[in-house]
Amino acid sequence: MTSDENDGLFVSAAVSRGSFSLDVSMTAVPRQVLGLLGPNGAGKSTLLGAVAGLIPVTSGRIVLSGRVMDDAEAGTFVPVYERPVGYVFQDYRLFPHLTVAENVAFSPRARGIGRQAARSAATGWLSRLGLADLTERKPAALSGGQAQKVALARALAGEPALLLLDEPLSALDAGTRLHVQAELKRHLEQFSGPCILVTHDPLEALVLADRLIVLEGGRIVQEGTPAQVARQPATDYVAKLVGLNLYAGSAAGSHVALTAGGTFVIADRGFHGDVLVAVRPSSILISTQRPEHTSGRNSWQAKIIGLTLLADRVRIDVDGQPPALVDVTPAAVAELSLEPGRQVWLTVKATDTEVYTR
Amino acid sequence: MRGATSRSVPAPLLAPALVAVAFLVLPLIGLLIRAPWGQLARALSGPDATHALVLSLWTASASTAISLIIGVPLAWLLARTRFPGQRLLRSLVTLPLVLPPVVGGVALLLAFGRTGFIGRLLDSWFGLTIPFTPVAVVMAETFVAMPFLILAVEGALRSADQGFEEAAATLGARPFTVFRRVTLPMISPAVGAGAVLCWARALGEFGATITFAGSFPGQTETMPIAVYYTLENDPEAAIALSIVLLVVSVVVLVSLRDRWVRGGTVS
Repeated sequence: MTSDENDGLFVSAAVSRGSFSLDVSMTAVPRQVLGLLGPNGAGKSTLLGAVAGLIPVTSGRIVLSGRVMDDAEAGTFVPVYERPVGYVFQDYRLFPHLTVAENVAFSPRARGIGRQAARSAATGWLSRLGLADLTERKPAALSGGQAQKVALARALAGEPALLLLDEPLSALDAGTRLHVQAELKRHLEQFSGPCILVTHDPLEALVLADRLIVLEGGRIVQEGTPAQVARQPATDYVAKLVGLNLYAGSAAGSHVALTAGGTFVIADRGFHGDVLVAVRPSSILISTQRPEHTSGRNSWQAKIIGLTLLADRVRIDVDGQPPALVDVTPAAVAELSLEPGRQVWLTVKATDTEVYTR
Repeated sequence: MRGATSRSVPAPLLAPALVAVAFLVLPLIGLLIRAPWGQLARALSGPDATHALVLSLWTASASTAISLIIGVPLAWLLARTRFPGQRLLRSLVTLPLVLPPVVGGVALLLAFGRTGFIGRLLDSWFGLTIPFTPVAVVMAETFVAMPFLILAVEGALRSADQGFEEAAATLGARPFTVFRRVTLPMISPAVGAGAVLCWARALGEFGATITFAGSFPGQTETMPIAVYYTLENDPEAAIALSIVLLVVSVVVLVSLRDRWVRGGTVS
């Protein structure tokens, strides 16, 4: 048993459900928020379900704080109610017939603590999360942000060794989300065990997570710090999330032959073989004539497909070899008469390309 | 004025519909007209009527209690588990709903009667005889009425959001705790409705009861049986008892108004 298994969560397991299969190997260490990022159907909730014991693993093992939770080969399976896992569901699932205090006292009660002690434990958690004046309310009388915090308090009141959060902010409107997100970050920092946070909001992942795992099609496709993942996305899904152009290609010194067509000149750092090239949409210059006398080493012709107005800039979708997303100012759109169907030239400086091996 | 709710009704539909209404309502009006309103209390205080009333009330309540104790767990088993023969079991449970009650009474008699395969054992081991006792009344009523409760509760369990039960399990609740603290409170309206329905059905039970328990005044003669027998000698008492049963039915309908009448179905 490695130190990872003794301390924190260790998963090396597969789950088969019909035609879908999840097969991951990962660890989550105490005092760290592990962000689980991925498109719908990637298996994020299945992974949480397996860790919580709601879904049995088909093969492999799951170890939490040195205790084997699942071991398919040895036939070990710790039932849900015996796992020291706190689960905050996407839809919160607060018991509608119980008050806020009774909801939060539920786990201590279920784990065998007396009524009075459970009640005072619940009161403690509620005041810690700033919910002291909501104790006698029913869940139906809570706002989305309040319900989210009660769900967190309820999960924490069971004193779990591991905290699972399934898209905890997705049910909130945009206004409350930022506020609740900041509070959630504070509470997660105080949690002593590992925490797994499922999200498909890149901003949420960047703000809340210390480390990210990107899950696609039931497999881990990338793992790293949020900064690494944001700078060097490994898949189109992540690139789209963080708003980068991503090109696969084959490098030979200072040239990369792109799979999508075309060639990039890059700063030669000795890359050879399969690489990814990430380019920020704002690093691409757009011009209506073939650029001459420019320091940009990469120029290619392309056709505008669509324009989208973002907050302070316009994102232009351009088809060419390779295709690209380009960010320009609204003024530039007007001056250059950029419109769908228009032929343009794109230019990228070699130093504005982020190149890394696949 | 003709809104979305009021439309012209074709005569070939209207006429039969009015006949149906008359057919359903006229007998009740007849009952109310003939009711000895002035002597209702006196008619009900006669020994036979009182006995029938008391017997009916406690046997219907007892069979409802028994149905709750054994029927709700069976409903849970049918809704939440999978086992071989489950479909067959569900059909058997539902059978008393469509079975003529008198057949149920015969079946009970053949099983629990003194020569029945269970009754014989009860008699020889414990000296117990069930038929033609108040216990037989309760058994006959339970046999006929329990399916109403089971179906109502099973339907509620099937449509209940199991996410809450999952959440309870992650909070450390064992399966029975989940049932007691989450499942049952959340389906309690359906359990209540099912129990009221079950009680009303038990109160009105006639065929199975008279076959299995007979009609001994004060022992096994429930209200419907008393109505049937007193109609000849003491029609006043029969009508008074009928009025009581009618009032109970109306109260049941009103209490189930939201679940049963307005929504169309319970399950």
